Amino acid sequence: MTKIGLEIHSQLTKLESKLFCSCKANYREFKPNTNICPICMGLPGSLPRLNQKAVEKATMIAMALNCSIPEKIAFFRKNYFYPDLPKNFQITQLNIYGDTSVGGTGVLMVGEKKIRITRIQLEEDPGRLIYEGSSEKNQITLVDYNRAGTPLVEIVTEPDFENPKEVREFLNILSVLLENLDVSDPSLEGAMRADANVSIEGGHKVEIKNIGSFHDLEKAVHFEITRQQSLHSRGIPIIQETRHWDDKRKITISSRSKEEDLDYRYFLEGDIPWVKIENDVKEKLRSEMPESISSKKQRYVSKYGIPAQVADVLSLDKFYSDLFEDAHTKENAKEVANIITTDLMGLVDTREKRELSKLTPLHLKEIANTIQSGKITRNSAKNALYEIVKTGKMLSDIISELDLGNVSDESELSQIIESVISEEPQAVEQAKSNPQTINYLVGKVMQKTKGKADPKLTLNLLKKKIQ
Amino acid sequence: MNLKISALQFTREVKSGNISAEDFIAKTMEQIKNVDGNLHAFLSLNDNAVEQAREIDRKIKSGKKIGQCFGMPISIKDNICIKDTKTTCASKMLENFIAPYDATVITKLKQQDAIFVGKVNLDEFAMGLSTEFSAYGPSKNPWNTDYVPGGSSGGSAVSVSAFECVASLGSDTGGSVRNPASFCSTVGYKPTYGLISRYGLISYANSIEQIGPLTRTVEDAAFMLNLIAGLDPNDNTTVDNGNEDYLNDINSGIEGKKIGVIQEMIGEGIDPSVLSATKNAISKLEGLGATCEEISLDMVKYSVAAYYTITATEAGSNLARYDNLRYGYDFSVEGYEFNSYIEKARKKFGPEVTRRMIIGGFVPSAGHAGKYFLKALKVKSKLTRQINDAFKKFDLLLSPTVPILPFKIGEKINDPVALFLIDINTVTANLTGKPAISIPYAISNGLPIGIQLIANSMNDKLLLQAARALEKTVKLPEVPV
Repeated sequence: MTKIGLEIHSQLTKLESKLFCSCKANYREFKPNTNICPICMGLPGSLPRLNQKAVEKATMIAMALNCSIPEKIAFFRKNYFYPDLPKNFQITQLNIYGDTSVGGTGVLMVGEKKIRITRIQLEEDPGRLIYEGSSEKNQITLVDYNRAGTPLVEIVTEPDFENPKEVREFLNILSVLLENLDVSDPSLEGAMRADANVSIEGGHKVEIKNIGSFHDLEKAVHFEITRQQSLHSRGIPIIQETRHWDDKRKITISSRSKEEDLDYRYFLEGDIPWVKIENDVKEKLRSEMPESISSKKQRYVSKYGIPAQVADVLSLDKFYSDLFEDAHTKENAKEVANIITTDLMGLVDTREKRELSKLTPLHLKEIANTIQSGKITRNSAKNALYEIVKTGKMLSDIISELDLGNVSDESELSQIIESVISEEPQAVEQAKSNPQTINYLVGKVMQKTKGKADPKLTLNLLKKKIQ
Repeated sequence: MNLKISALQFTREVKSGNISAEDFIAKTMEQIKNVDGNLHAFLSLNDNAVEQAREIDRKIKSGKKIGQCFGMPISIKDNICIKDTKTTCASKMLENFIAPYDATVITKLKQQDAIFVGKVNLDEFAMGLSTEFSAYGPSKNPWNTDYVPGGSSGGSAVSVSAFECVASLGSDTGGSVRNPASFCSTVGYKPTYGLISRYGLISYANSIEQIGPLTRTVEDAAFMLNLIAGLDPNDNTTVDNGNEDYLNDINSGIEGKKIGVIQEMIGEGIDPSVLSATKNAISKLEGLGATCEEISLDMVKYSVAAYYTITATEAGSNLARYDNLRYGYDFSVEGYEFNSYIEKARKKFGPEVTRRMIIGGFVPSAGHAGKYFLKALKVKSKLTRQINDAFKKFDLLLSPTVPILPFKIGEKINDPVALFLIDINTVTANLTGKPAISIPYAISNGLPIGIQLIANSMNDKLLLQAARALEKTVKLPEVPV
């Protein structure tokens, strides 16, 4: 049986500052080595100053993954040399001397499948190495410490996955969960990284490091299983080793370094006293914890009668569900859900588009209400939505500017219907015996009014005139 | 002008207008010029000290609000950061390190209008007890310049003892304030762990070390503590002392107090003159109304071994950043693979630092941690339990600060184990986080002897009161500088 376990690193990108100093947690917009201070550079004499918010957010993640929460947590030093590590040790957590990480054992359901969480730990991200140079021989390595000290949560799972599909489903659920908790933005470059260990029946465990995104994680696991199976089928033994994911060639490569032999000389970080996670803190965090995806979905279905499929789409995307929450009323909920999941989705399907979008919940509310009161058709609403996302103008202005208002004046509509009837004698005849055909005539009216005819009124008038 | 006054006397004199800060600082700088060529307490001097004093005098004259130090000349151990000032740790590795920020203690003293006359010598990275391991040469004992001044805060003790300042800040990891204080006949005080912020103190063994004052009198030590103690958001290990005034009630005496004399610290290997001074101190304290009784803390036997194991482990980690990539650039990176490059770079460390870094790489390593590092942690927690039990019965514990007299420069430098063992009486306070103080007590053959008192955690006030009571019974000859 194939066994896959994951170690997922998620930056707490929504935090204001780094884990041990007040430099920005969001280092991405800085020029190299400008988001740094004596603490995150590990200058002589500096001491870490624990960011309590990071402890709270990490604990919240642990709670959401149903992990046990220890009474107090401790930090440890992981000692190793690397140019991206300012102090030549990383401050992290460890469970070998008792459960002192932010999260103990937990579980996350992926459909019917139970994925056990081994532990969750809070740690600092190192800096970044940037390789420049044309060939391996004259390669230059540059170090950017802007990232050093960024709060990172490591989520370790048991080897409970059996195939890449389960891995992908787990990652989808986990990203949505982290986004929903408002702790991390998984779409940011480098915010989510992972290591995986993979073994197939009869083979040793192989660790894959350096996987830079969730997308690549699935690919890496897939590649590794295929590689191991092909070795196995040819009778070549699968050795226990560490391999690196080459994200350019999309393959795993055996690491020449003896990383598995590294001795990290872990010991307690004396500069950070044990942190008690008091019951009132736990309660506060539970009360502040956003509603879970599944409970959200259930609420949408049971309270507003939104179809399960639509509710699924809405609840799984924080951008959509936040819009929905702010725009809906009891009366227009279904309509708002409908607009978001049918018309809006195509307009804001990427991060960039979402950032550029001028749409507010108020706009959505207006659109839904205007449709419900029959003042515009769904079709016109779609056109209006496009304009709003682009310009942010008021719906009423767009309606008059683009002349999107419904033709609901009976005499005006009657005239149009008369002309359709005279242009389509055959269809009119058929409609008398076959009610289906009448929809064809409604369509013709719509064509003439550029979709603005009130569909209900049109149908009624047509029926009257034909009979 | 008399330089031989205490810190508190200095502040009173300047406040009352009897002396000016400028005159005193100018005279102090002159004294340094006269004696330091021989004593080598200082690694660098503050060229603006006199000007800063002039500014303080101006402030006083114009009636502006003035800090409690009134321009008091203080020396700072060269492992404590002063902004825009070289902070070398007496190491070639940090030869060119200019601190970009002030340690919290420095910020606090600046706010109180202290003047830092210079940075003083230490054993490299505070590892040692004689200053012989300074990369810039040893300091010399003002009582006899053939002898070591103790360490690692040797420069601090020498500068106070030889009137090159009125007070100094050192750091104490295993006795590094108390040992040189004892050898140079000054007061040396290590407060409860967490009472003084370590922010800006370059770490050696961060879980047990504290900044502490070296002064002429116990009152001065209490005064310094008032200025620099308390919670600091930049050091998560600091504790809230409720703005305690340690000078208040300092003359309360020790009548009725119970003092335990630690057997393991007056036994084998103790110099007879140190033992007789200790016995003398005990009878003095009894004369003041205290009761003294011997107590055994058998874990003390293992304390030095535990101390060196723990400090080496932490040093191995704290000093790992000095890898030539970031500090102490020595040669071109060309042709070196990263790890071997670091290896080469470690040349810049002196012999004692190198020794402890090697031990620090070994004792906590997989396969050896159980035998060494984890065992040392066990000793630490057992020792803490024993001393806490002792404090259920006693208010204070007593021992000589160092079991031997100062030794000659070069005498023990090739015998690291013999040097380690000298720490036997001081490391307990560090391993257990307790406050301890060394009081100048006697002179034997022209060499000083100090007595150590230890109190329970956060009982620093009681410790200072007892030290003050003992100090009052002492009359010592003047230092021959």
